[in-house]
Amino acid sequence: MADPKEAIKENSMIIQKEMLARQFKDLSMAKELGKKVVYTFVPGNLTELILSFDMLPVYPEINALQSGMRKKSAEYIRDAEKIGFSEDVCTYVKCDIGMMLNGNIGPTGEKIPPPDLLLLSYTGCFTFLKWFENLERLYPGVPVAMLHTPYQEDGVMTEDQINYMVKQLKEEVIPKMEQVSGQKYDHARLSKMMENSAKAEDLLVKILESAKIVPSPIDAYFAGVYYIGPIFTAFRGTGEAVDYYTELWNEVQQRIKLGLGPVTPEGEIKEEKFRLVVEGPPNWTNFREFWKIFYDMGAVIVASSYTKVGGVYDLGFRHDPKEPLESLAKYCMGVYTNMNLPQRVDMLEKYVNEYKADGFLINSIKSCNSFSAGQLMIMREIEQRAGVPVGFIESDLVDPRYFSYANIKNRLESYFQMLEQRKIILKQEEATV
Amino acid sequence: MKSLDQIIAECEEIAFDLKFSRARKWKDEQDNRVIVGYLPTYVPREIIHAANGISVGIMGTGDRKQIIKGDAYYQSYICHLPRGVIEMALDNNLDAFDGFLFPAICDCIRNLSGMFKLSKKGKFQRYFDYPQNFSSSIGGKFYIQELEKVLEDIFNVNGVRVTAKALNHSIGLYNKNRHLIETIYTIRQSTPWRLSAVETYYILRAGQCMPVEDHNDILEQVVAHIQKERGEPMDNIRVVVSGSFCEQPPIGLIKSIELAGCYILDDDFMLGSRFIQGNITDDSEDPLHALSEAYLHQSTFSSAFYDVGNPKGKRLVELVRKRASDGIIFCAASFCDPALLDRPELQKEADAAGIPHINFQFHENTGQFKIIKEQAGTFSDSIKLWA
Repeated sequence: MADPKEAIKENSMIIQKEMLARQFKDLSMAKELGKKVVYTFVPGNLTELILSFDMLPVYPEINALQSGMRKKSAEYIRDAEKIGFSEDVCTYVKCDIGMMLNGNIGPTGEKIPPPDLLLLSYTGCFTFLKWFENLERLYPGVPVAMLHTPYQEDGVMTEDQINYMVKQLKEEVIPKMEQVSGQKYDHARLSKMMENSAKAEDLLVKILESAKIVPSPIDAYFAGVYYIGPIFTAFRGTGEAVDYYTELWNEVQQRIKLGLGPVTPEGEIKEEKFRLVVEGPPNWTNFREFWKIFYDMGAVIVASSYTKVGGVYDLGFRHDPKEPLESLAKYCMGVYTNMNLPQRVDMLEKYVNEYKADGFLINSIKSCNSFSAGQLMIMREIEQRAGVPVGFIESDLVDPRYFSYANIKNRLESYFQMLEQRKIILKQEEATV
Repeated sequence: MKSLDQIIAECEEIAFDLKFSRARKWKDEQDNRVIVGYLPTYVPREIIHAANGISVGIMGTGDRKQIIKGDAYYQSYICHLPRGVIEMALDNNLDAFDGFLFPAICDCIRNLSGMFKLSKKGKFQRYFDYPQNFSSSIGGKFYIQELEKVLEDIFNVNGVRVTAKALNHSIGLYNKNRHLIETIYTIRQSTPWRLSAVETYYILRAGQCMPVEDHNDILEQVVAHIQKERGEPMDNIRVVVSGSFCEQPPIGLIKSIELAGCYILDDDFMLGSRFIQGNITDDSEDPLHALSEAYLHQSTFSSAFYDVGNPKGKRLVELVRKRASDGIIFCAASFCDPALLDRPELQKEADAAGIPHINFQFHENTGQFKIIKEQAGTFSDSIKLWA
């Protein structure tokens, strides 16, 4: 086993690190570069549109999760609670506000510039709306553009809903972007970027679906959060993203060819003992420890809902250069947390079956009702429909007070024992037949 | 005319009847009648009325039902309201309901709509999305489409197509309802001892579970009663309570605030009944458009709605001034993201306006009020002594 202090990294991870370093460097020099800065959110983001105006996007929830991983979040959350935020509310919001109160220093140690535009494309999470109202007060006078994404209430996207979104884009969002950036909307440029988006999306789907192979060459949750990084954030629509996913896909193909298991910070998983589908975001404050519990047990996450929070591409959606605004509308409405509960259950059941999972596990996050409310019902449904053992653990996104290592480990060990027993029974039954 | 005490007792019974007997009775009296349940906060009840329906507010179980099954559906860090709603659904309290509306207020209520879909409760279960775009040609159009979906849902149950005439009639009835409620609040502003906050609460909450025509009769009688002197004025401070627009505080909590020396002159307990300010046009050829315009331009402030351009903090301060109140009690349900995320900014606005405030959190089944009473009492004393 490798020295635990030195995490093993794939080449694509190093490339991604360099991409992020450049992104934050650009942000820190936005003023010098004459670039305008747009704060927005990951689910239902309009990255191509922002980039088509030569503006730089900032994703507050990414800053919050980075703060969590860098062990800064506890201090930031405490500072937000000091100014009146309740212990009960979303810790992403509190962490982000705390970070701003502490000088808005980003993950690379450079200052993140204040916004020139607050783009609230609020999708699948009601708290986003409150978050932006708070940001609007923290940055008085900064223009706010609101894009309301209708929920997939009936499990479908209707023409009326798409038209509603396109009208908002044309009459509210784009005029504000033109005003802030000083540039005219360039339909052809946006369209061109979407060609890149679709290419990267094709590659991402291939990568994630490689986990259907037994044993899986990837971990689609812990490693998956790195895989989705560029496409869910500032790089969708760029050539850089296509290059990154091309490199990552090459790596995965190589692993398949060599019959290798997933790469983890502790080393490669040599023997895949359990295949799991996971619902819910990960914990960020103890990410590596959390991952290691699975590594130690030989458990590989073959599919997860969290890697669909910024776009559900494996169900077929691609950004479409022929109708860029319509496809932004469909993209926003299609993200996982904007799907109704029956749709979510259908998708998770499909994952359990298609990825040949041994079990279904929920990591329920205290901070995130968009995911958590209804999860216990989702769990029952999956148990009944897919007939696999289900497990349930609780933690938080970035509040270390809600990550109890011993409790989680205990629960997971019991869960893995159950999976082990079930495997033995299934084998015995098979032998009898 | 019934005595006020009689009316209040009847309203209390109707408001907390978790079998919803009054609505069931109304439905059974005629074919093609439907019951449509809705979660807090606001739905335009006019369209349900016009479609031969009764809209019933499902405001939770409060402290009137023990939650056993509901807790198995929710983690400890999720508010209490949906547990009670699930418990009622599983205990068949809602069996007479034909459909359910889940207004876009938070992720919990939104996902509850999916839980009702999965468990196939009612003939329809609809998440009722409000536009967060307030332009008539964009958000207004979307809102009308949302109203049409609800009308279609009801049509699929009872076959009733709503005419402009019927909808205008319903709008008129709800205009009257809101006007009478506001009259009660206006009378209470100058003479709050005539009708306590708890009594007011019973009367308003009962209105969520009975035909609007009957509620209007009750409100008219209440107005007539409280125009005359009743009770004794006390040396109390006057407050506005803010933050209880969804999960409802237990009656003991409202009582404790009053007993601690605070007249509650305004609140957001039954916000849905008071959501639209003033009358909605009731002689329009396009009443859906009239309802939409009212939502866009005549809504009060609420944590469920995007407020850039018309911040809630300023509107809360205006309300306190309008009611000539001494302070604000922020009283939000635990784990209520909308209310609790708004609180720091609302407090900041109150501070800037020099309005004293306190805050506490509750569950709908909170049973201990001693601390709240002490806190509210100290708040009252400090204002009386030092303000």
